[in-house]
Amino acid sequence: MADPIHQFEIIKLFPIAKIGGQQIDFTNSALYMVIAVAGISAFLLGSTRGRAMVPGRMQSMAEISYEFVAGTLRSSAGSEGMKFFPLVFSLFMFITTVNMIGIIPYTFTVTSHIIVTVALALLVFVTVVAYGIYKNGFKFLKLFVPSGIPIYILPLVTLIEVMSFLSRPISHSVRLFANMLAGHITLKVFGGFVTMLSGFGLVGWLGATLPLALTVALTSLELLVAFLQAYVFTILTCIYINDAIHPGH
Amino acid sequence: MSDGTRDNGNRTDPKTDEAALSARLQHLGERLNRNAASRPAETGPGAGPRSDASAMARGFRLSTELVAGVLVGAGIGWMIDYGLGISPWGFIVFLLLGFVAGVMNVMRVAGVSTGISSAGVSRIGASNDERDRAGPPTMTK
Repeated sequence: MADPIHQFEIIKLFPIAKIGGQQIDFTNSALYMVIAVAGISAFLLGSTRGRAMVPGRMQSMAEISYEFVAGTLRSSAGSEGMKFFPLVFSLFMFITTVNMIGIIPYTFTVTSHIIVTVALALLVFVTVVAYGIYKNGFKFLKLFVPSGIPIYILPLVTLIEVMSFLSRPISHSVRLFANMLAGHITLKVFGGFVTMLSGFGLVGWLGATLPLALTVALTSLELLVAFLQAYVFTILTCIYINDAIHPGH
Repeated sequence: MSDGTRDNGNRTDPKTDEAALSARLQHLGERLNRNAASRPAETGPGAGPRSDASAMARGFRLSTELVAGVLVGAGIGWMIDYGLGISPWGFIVFLLLGFVAGVMNVMRVAGVSTGISSAGVSRIGASNDERDRAGPPTMTK
């Protein structure tokens, strides 16, 4: 049976640089990130080149993705949050594209590595903290001090609030990573059942139709999860940005 | 209907024709508004397979929130032990505090009023919860 973890292996393609005695390689993960970014750029630049008043098919898709993200951001962070639209839109498009590419057989799923999702979540976290302090100064710390609390348990509650805040990038990144990893392993395992069963002659061939049907069903489920997780990542980003703009009210 | 308007245009001055047209436009606008108002109700909780999928996403969210809280508590406790050399007390205390933080995260995501959180936080939790249940907004123009 094929190793279900094998699909997540990082392969070094060619070295780029050597920084501080550490070899920096161009890996298959980096290759798929480049493919995703190139694909998004080609899609957006190509579809908006016509600038038709009545949009064609591609321009319509670009406009829908813009309005989808803009609507999500506006509804959770208000029109002030539109300052962060470039960041949120880039995150949404990147994660969606990378997830969708990962569903195609023989490709590599970039978001199935926690280092990638942690980097994305920390980007959001650092942005929120930096902008919150820049915008609100010390008032940003009011996020950790809920109002209407008796003074004798306030230190404890504040400590818990701080820990709750620190747990954000963890849950933000683990959710995307775990969903992609688990989904792809499940697909691989059911695909492995098909090949194993088909080794048992006619009965095996008949039995193999069951996991095959499940694989087909799971693939469509994965398609949904790929979009849904990108959406959840985006909406959480919007909610955190809202905290940075309007802390503690 | 088209016959009526053409007759109108032939017989009377164009002003009434315009008035009839604007009245029809207004009527159409009202009907569209009514449709738009009824749409969110259709995609409410328990509307087809999409709500199942977002329920799964919700479940994942709840579990990761709890685990993240405990992990942060354990990490802080371990670092305090390492720094101050009071092992294992920092770990024990902060693991429990982390558990509390995780439970608070979960309650917030689930939209349960925690009683200690500020109005703003519970509002965010509630609106987020609503959105989770309804699934992503439909991608239509």
